[in-house]
Amino acid sequence: MNKVWAVAKRYQFFLITLAMLGILTIFKPGIGLESIKISGFQMFQMLLIIPPVFILLGLLDVWVPRETMVRYMGEGSGVLGILLAFMIGSFAAGPLYGAFPVAAVFMKKGIKFSNLMIFIGAWATTKIPMLMFEMRYMGMTFTLTRLFLNIFGILVMAWLLNKMMPKNETESLYLRAK
Amino acid sequence: MDIQTYIFYGIAVGALGISFSKSKTRTLTALKKARKSFENILPQLLGVILIIGFLLAILDADVISKIIGEDSGWFGVVTAALVGSITLLPPYVAFPTASMLLDNGAGYVQIAAFISTLMLVGVATMPVEMKYFGKKLTILRNLYGFLFSFLVAIIIGMVVNRG
Repeated sequence: MNKVWAVAKRYQFFLITLAMLGILTIFKPGIGLESIKISGFQMFQMLLIIPPVFILLGLLDVWVPRETMVRYMGEGSGVLGILLAFMIGSFAAGPLYGAFPVAAVFMKKGIKFSNLMIFIGAWATTKIPMLMFEMRYMGMTFTLTRLFLNIFGILVMAWLLNKMMPKNETESLYLRAK
Repeated sequence: MDIQTYIFYGIAVGALGISFSKSKTRTLTALKKARKSFENILPQLLGVILIIGFLLAILDADVISKIIGEDSGWFGVVTAALVGSITLLPPYVAFPTASMLLDNGAGYVQIAAFISTLMLVGVATMPVEMKYFGKKLTILRNLYGFLFSFLVAIIIGMVVNRG
């Protein structure tokens, strides 16, 4: 019984949302059923994208030693670290929520906080497959202007976040990732 | 399944093969870790996906175009930024929608604000983000992304409208 309770507690956010959706479906079946349909599709997408990303993540965790990651992307990694953070983020697959578990492994391996933020920013805005889509529908001028602005923005935001976050708080986030 | 997903499966299977030939135990550890990090994120992710489904059900292209469709001015820009912040659309939905909205008379400034916040701000996925980054960093990161999107919108508006 205790075990069931522990699982229910872990999934409380999901269960509450599910219950709310259930109530909604009773009163507004149209919207409720449409939500369920879209969520089902999103879940399918998620289950399709997640396995390779998490497998690569597990392999990275096991095979790449912390010292290597620190050397290339840690404190004092300079421009190379920034470029690597941009590149890894740009070659990513899937929505931004997929970036957070990757970020957790990066934190565990000791990459610099500003590089971590650059990686997240790149995953959000400079993903190459997404750019192809964007060019097709929005045109060159729009896409290139946005890309240029976002590269600049990612760097500024990473710098700002690094300034605004107290050192002990980022340290405790890093500790939690271990 | 798009080509990119195939590529990722290819890379993952190849890497697993190489890893397995070098060390069986390490590969099993890697797979265990993969499963653990998936289980770790699953509860939040499931909840978030339900919220996203609901948001997409009420905010279809029609509703979005009504809100930011015509020359809605600054009100439209702010609304577009808010809509972009709370929704989470995959690129193959987001860009066709944006392009359709432009054809229906939406301004570039509004659309740029929508696209930029869509990428940088994720209100729906905040529960997942907080699990890894904590409350403060999550809020700051999303807030900066939101504010920065206005700059993106203004400049894109200037560049595109001149051309």
